[in-house]
Amino acid sequence: MALVNISSPHHHGLSKTSRLMGWVLLATLPGLAVQSYFYGYGTLINLLWASVLSLGFEAIVLGLRRRPIMPYLTDGSALVTAFLLALALPPFSPWWLTLVAVLFSIVFAKHLYGGLGSNPFNPAMVGYALCLIAFPVSMTQWAGTEATLSFSQQWQWFWLEYIDGGIDAWTRATPLDLMRHTKGLTLNEVASTNPQLGLGLIANMWVNVAYLLGGLFLLAIRAFTWHAPVAMLAGLGLCAGLFHMGEPDLYPSASKHLLTGATMLSAFFIVTDPVSGATSRKGKLVFGAGVGILVFIIRSYGSYPDAFAFAILLMNLAAPLIDTYTKPKAYGHQPKKPHSQGDK
Amino acid sequence: MATEQTKLVMDGLWNNNPALVQLLGLCPLLAVTGSVVNALGLGFATLLVLVGSNLLVSLIRNRVADDIRLPVFVMIIAALVTIAELTMQALTYELYQILGIFIPLIVTNCAILGRADAYARKNPPHLAVLDGLSMGLGFGAVLILLGAMREFLGQGTLFADMHLLLGPMAQNWTLVIIDDYRGFLFAVLPPGAFVGMGLIIAAKNTFDQYQKIQQLKAHPLNEAGSKRVRVTGTIA
Repeated sequence: MALVNISSPHHHGLSKTSRLMGWVLLATLPGLAVQSYFYGYGTLINLLWASVLSLGFEAIVLGLRRRPIMPYLTDGSALVTAFLLALALPPFSPWWLTLVAVLFSIVFAKHLYGGLGSNPFNPAMVGYALCLIAFPVSMTQWAGTEATLSFSQQWQWFWLEYIDGGIDAWTRATPLDLMRHTKGLTLNEVASTNPQLGLGLIANMWVNVAYLLGGLFLLAIRAFTWHAPVAMLAGLGLCAGLFHMGEPDLYPSASKHLLTGATMLSAFFIVTDPVSGATSRKGKLVFGAGVGILVFIIRSYGSYPDAFAFAILLMNLAAPLIDTYTKPKAYGHQPKKPHSQGDK
Repeated sequence: MATEQTKLVMDGLWNNNPALVQLLGLCPLLAVTGSVVNALGLGFATLLVLVGSNLLVSLIRNRVADDIRLPVFVMIIAALVTIAELTMQALTYELYQILGIFIPLIVTNCAILGRADAYARKNPPHLAVLDGLSMGLGFGAVLILLGAMREFLGQGTLFADMHLLLGPMAQNWTLVIIDDYRGFLFAVLPPGAFVGMGLIIAAKNTFDQYQKIQQLKAHPLNEAGSKRVRVTGTIA
């Protein structure tokens, strides 16, 4: 019996970066479709613009760094960053907002740290957090669900930031905003006085379900392991559930936390980032749980529209430390026992 | 002697710039460079203190025992900073209030103590003063450059509020570069200062590298001695 190719690795598949990135892009499509269905063409325009910019900046910086341009450009990582940013930014982002976000993601967060594989922070989240701090007004203009802009209106707003009747007629507070700033009302009272909350929650739920489907698809083809997303959802769900049991008038239930905002998008597309997250399986569990808990804290007590960018950046900071303490034991080695050294 | 003086000036302004190369005094550099006027005010105060401390340290350099030199230097610097602070309070009160704690904190600017210890205590007064002047100008130039960058990006203006420092004649100096600019808060906040500072340093290093390559092209190095074939180790 001839044994061919007996050296490891024995399994094949997602070994090429470009193929993995391609699957990730594909998996965002259901979420993209649902998001566009509820919130209009804004996300699509954003996506197109962000992709063009992202590839452009990537090519320019690669040229400046004297790196081969085509291999890196076609590996798809810049496109994934562009997609994540476009999905996270509000549908009413004007062109310059996306430009600043992509510029910081690609040039500062990615290439100044050494390019793909060397960035300590998730590039898309850096761009998003920067815009959130620098342009709070534009970043909190989220679209309403009951009527969306036509394509030409959206296009006009995108370039000129002008629209008949003003943009205020089209923007709505997000469910997270409404549930956070209740103005002294209980959550039930907010829900009964503000029909916007119910509509927003339904739209948010479908968007999150779509991202969940995309994420499960990625999980099924083993693009990443289950540890980080499950730990994140568990961390967020447990915190939310506990607080909701104690004070249901003040804290939204776990299911609302899990199906609003960017929960599922982050859980399956951002927390799973192999570069800026923790490495070992145990580490991924800690990393994910940390993100979930931080998200709950920032959502409940902070004043930002959603908490994921900051939670993930904070845990990115902690990732090297987590890696240090969760180093897997090498096969055949005993773990070091404390105080056992120096037998006299 | 003239070469020593040229070297001092070149070192302070470029080759050994306290802000760009030694990376000293970063705290005020990053904290107050939100606008040109703030940068100019702090740069000027730092310059005065630096020149004064270099002069005084150089004058007493043969009288102070080495063991206690640092406390003595710090006291001299502290006295000068107090003078600068009171002067600013008297002449430019509004700017004094804007700069706030960062004027007294000039005492802790490592660039000043660094120059006193590294140069002034070993050299005669006229050279020490020149060193302080060029270092102070180099530091101030970076402050103003960073201030201009951040004011332009953050608020879309240049030279706003210059009358706080220069009196009524500068009342109309504000240049509105971009009309109806909504502001880029990031540039105004301290992280923007870090990024701006990094970009300036990168630009300087790139320029230096480029010049070095050009120089090498113009005058290729002639290695002294004969060339030998290397027979041990690996050849990279």
